[in-house]
Amino acid sequence: MKEQLELIKQNALAALAAAETPAALEELRVKFLGKKGELTAVLKMMGKLSAEERPVVGQMANAVRAEIETKLEERKTAIHAAVLEAKLAAEAIDVTIPGETVTVGHQHPMNQVLQEIKDIFVGMGYTVVDGPEVEFASYNFTRLNIEEGHPSRDRSDTFYFDSEDEVLLRTQTSSMQIRFMETHKPPLCMLAPGRVFRKDEADATHSPMFHQIEGLVVAENITMGDLKGALITIMNKIYGHNAQVRFRPHHFPFTEPSCEMDMQCHKCHGTGEIDGTVCSTCHGEGWIELLGAGMVHPEVLRNCGIDPDVYSGFAFGIGLERTAMGRLKINDLRLIFDNDVRFLNQF
Amino acid sequence: MKLNRKWLHEEFVDLSHVSDKEYVETLTVFGQKVETYERMDAEIKNVKVGKVLSIVRHENSDHMWVCQIDVGAEEPVQIVTGAQNVKEGDLVPACLHNSWLPGGVHITKGKLRGVTSNGMLCSFAELGLTQNDVPGAYADGIWILNDEDCKPGDDINDVIGNDDTVVEFEITNNRPDCYSIIGLARESAAAFGTQMKHHEPVVKGSEAGDIYDYLDVEVPAENLCNRYTARMVANVKIGPSPKWLRNRLRANGVRPINNIVDITNYVMLEYGQPMHAFDYRYITDKKIVVREAEDGENLTTLDGIVRNLKAGMLVIADDNRAIGLAGIMGGENSEIMDDTTTVVFESANFNGTSIRQTALALGMRTEASGKFEKNLDPMMTVPAVQRACELVELLECGDILNGTIDIINYVPQEKTLPLEPEKINKLLGTNISKEDMVKYLNLLEIGVEGNDILVPSFRPDLNLMADIAEEVGRSYGYNEIPTTAFKTSTQGGYSAEMKLETKAGQVCRSLGYSEIITYSFVSPAVFDQIRLPSDSPLRNAMRIQNPLGEDTSIMRTIALPSMLEILSRNYAYHNKNVKLYELAKIYQKVEGQKLPEEPKMLLLGTYGEGTSFFTLKGELEAIFAGLRVKKASYTAVKNNPSFHPGRCAVVTIDGTEVGYIGQVHPIVAKNYGIDAEVYCAEISFTKLCTLMLPEATYVPLPKYPSVTRDLSLICDEEITVAQIEDVITGAAGKLLRGVKLFDIYRGTGVPEGKKSMAFSLELRADDRTLTDTDSEGVVTKVLAALKEQVNAILR
Repeated sequence: MKEQLELIKQNALAALAAAETPAALEELRVKFLGKKGELTAVLKMMGKLSAEERPVVGQMANAVRAEIETKLEERKTAIHAAVLEAKLAAEAIDVTIPGETVTVGHQHPMNQVLQEIKDIFVGMGYTVVDGPEVEFASYNFTRLNIEEGHPSRDRSDTFYFDSEDEVLLRTQTSSMQIRFMETHKPPLCMLAPGRVFRKDEADATHSPMFHQIEGLVVAENITMGDLKGALITIMNKIYGHNAQVRFRPHHFPFTEPSCEMDMQCHKCHGTGEIDGTVCSTCHGEGWIELLGAGMVHPEVLRNCGIDPDVYSGFAFGIGLERTAMGRLKINDLRLIFDNDVRFLNQF
Repeated sequence: MKLNRKWLHEEFVDLSHVSDKEYVETLTVFGQKVETYERMDAEIKNVKVGKVLSIVRHENSDHMWVCQIDVGAEEPVQIVTGAQNVKEGDLVPACLHNSWLPGGVHITKGKLRGVTSNGMLCSFAELGLTQNDVPGAYADGIWILNDEDCKPGDDINDVIGNDDTVVEFEITNNRPDCYSIIGLARESAAAFGTQMKHHEPVVKGSEAGDIYDYLDVEVPAENLCNRYTARMVANVKIGPSPKWLRNRLRANGVRPINNIVDITNYVMLEYGQPMHAFDYRYITDKKIVVREAEDGENLTTLDGIVRNLKAGMLVIADDNRAIGLAGIMGGENSEIMDDTTTVVFESANFNGTSIRQTALALGMRTEASGKFEKNLDPMMTVPAVQRACELVELLECGDILNGTIDIINYVPQEKTLPLEPEKINKLLGTNISKEDMVKYLNLLEIGVEGNDILVPSFRPDLNLMADIAEEVGRSYGYNEIPTTAFKTSTQGGYSAEMKLETKAGQVCRSLGYSEIITYSFVSPAVFDQIRLPSDSPLRNAMRIQNPLGEDTSIMRTIALPSMLEILSRNYAYHNKNVKLYELAKIYQKVEGQKLPEEPKMLLLGTYGEGTSFFTLKGELEAIFAGLRVKKASYTAVKNNPSFHPGRCAVVTIDGTEVGYIGQVHPIVAKNYGIDAEVYCAEISFTKLCTLMLPEATYVPLPKYPSVTRDLSLICDEEITVAQIEDVITGAAGKLLRGVKLFDIYRGTGVPEGKKSMAFSLELRADDRTLTDTDSEGVVTKVLAALKEQVNAILR
């Protein structure tokens, strides 16, 4: 009987080793371990053995069963792995086939730049506000110290809705200075981006509608040094650190002293020329005008009920189109308002 | 405003040691921004004065000549010319091999009919000059230089007077004094920390008589004419001006005419005071009247154009007719002629706004009007007329009559301001000493006595401490002011609506929509293009009185046309599958209010493959969900003329109509040149912002599973999904957690005029697992209600 068991074991192990499919394994399991299998048949004859032999043979039979089962499991794992491997190999794909198209829209490039600028200012304590685009001349001009008869009030420059020249399309976001100071007490930090309108035919550098970003700070003891500090910080954030800037005097009726801020041309590094020809980015000036600014004119503060002997402040206006075009190297303003998706999708 | 540096160096402040680059940079950061600058000799290179040593007929030509030219080199050069006015011994401009002329003309050596020519001889025109620049020179041949002060080998630029740099300044509105060489000289000197030289004009006078015997001036238009100053010249000899004067005019872009006219132009450049010269013989009744024009009055100006004048325009007249348009241009009827013998010099100060408006109305902005409109210094009229008379004497072209007529209606009050160093330093954030401030002001020719600043009449822009602070600040140097950071207690941020706008943009883009920016103004024709009825209230738009053109003449009351225009453009560009959004204002008139309401609209527009009403509706729902707006309902509208009558819905949230969604009417699409199905939604974003769900709070997740029951119904064609959903929702009770349409079917098995719709009902209880009995009960109730309310039965 022992020999029989040994034989079953040898046969089973050999057969299992040779089996290649899950079906063949199952067949062998039934053949050797099943109810009508060979091992079971041997065990059924156990009764005929002596009391001394029985435990010995029983032990041996159990060992054989265990060994066959172990081998069976081992083979099962191996065969399943092989089957899976074959299946996966068959499922291989060309990963360079393009993915299913999922279209994500694009924010208008100018608003991308605007969003970035707004976020910077909010981080510095500025409140972002919006205001009317159809505006009273008093907010757009008079209370900003731009008196009647000033050329910018001409009908050749400004769009009007009435013959009294009282209601107009705002020509500058500076109108928001007045609106904000009218409703807020110092200390105040305002940022007012928005549409403005001037009577210019559309071309590569002009548009009858464009965007400005107005900034206003009014508090006690605000100095021109503070204005410089704030604007340099902001420009470094927008244009990258160490952007070389300069301030030069200018004139705006609603700021005094007034200035403009230039950035050194990034193309020619301020030399005004590249390889002996005039730099096309700064037109040979070596500098690019960024914005106009100044200390809020005492008369403007007074017009809004703020005592200029107690408070001072600064204001600035950034041309958004110019900034975005400079940043994104867009060379024609008309592209901004053309809204060709081939343009929009580039950003 | 142009300035040639040589004039500055020769007469006012010698900065000839300063390079052009340093000069323009210094002036720019000092506050006089230089727009451009150019060497006058930049265009002409390698053109020399040559002496014709010999001239012989060309061997192969009967009109060309072969010249041997001494150009100051060891050997003469041979140049062939076709001109017939050159003689042996003449001095001529010789363009040598590899020379350049204005306009990028490059001259090299070559052969003319077999004879070598090492360049060419040229005319004054080829050197960029006009007959006015070189009066008396022969125009139709080579420019003969025998009368010029030059010798062979001299650079022609030096002969012409091109050894100079012209700087063009951008002058700000508040500085009319800088529209003059003297004003810019003052700024230049101060910028380099030095003083300029001043010259007081001296008029010797003559025995020719007294102005009061010749002329009477009346100024009835006293509000428009602050000052009228006149002097007269007798025994005038009209002729060309000397070269130095012509050159200064030419450098500044003024064409020399004759000595008298040139003098008026020269003084205008130098002092910034426009002047005019009248021929006395055409002033009837010896009388000049400065008055407003009469409506319909005509005047032919110097340019030969007849001007139709309107009341209110200021004219210079004699006793019976206008002889000049004040401050803008003289009249042809009193023009200086070659035989003029007696001249009236006018040096006046007119109201700037009046001059500007007249020039604008007549479309004739001139050098003079451009200066007057800045409001010039009335104290300048007398020195300017004195200078003109001095120049007449210097040029020996007439005798000055005794006396000056000077009618004064307005001159500025003398003005003093306190010097407040502490306040100035506090505003600038500096620590500049009072002594330095005084020094800066003095350099700008602003006097200081003790603590009083004596504001000169040429600086009307100085009125308060801040103005003085600017002068001090720019003298100290804006770039030297220490940069500081103020501390603020303010909290920055966005309004709730702005935050929602940002979010809306993000959701739109995640759905594949790209953002556009369109003009706020549109053409009134868009109303017809989108088929608005003639009585539509949307046609009541804000109208711009002075638009650029009809296309941009009204403020949009509806944003749909702007979207359609952009879709149309993209369609024309053959861009496929376009999805666009815009968040922008419309402008709605409000009764009894001067300013319109400016609500923001959210526009979605799309065309292309796979686009349908339901894709757009799904996207709109996603946007609403993303913004957490309350639930929207959709009602079919057949009468929106811009949309397909069967594919348009009004969108309502919480009882408020917020906008439209639909397929753009094919006729409208065609009006925009789009031959495709176009879908648009226009939603009032401003209204959406008031229709938000309350802030979300946590609702416990279900503990028990839900059961799904599908109902396939047959109903009449007219019954809508919304109706069925309403019935189901109404009848099912609180176990119903969701209803979802999953199929609509018409055809075999469904009778004509009916349709089959399949809904999936999700049922769930919070406290137990539902039994079949529970769900059966709900279904029974729902089916009963469907049968009863909309005659829908189980299929």
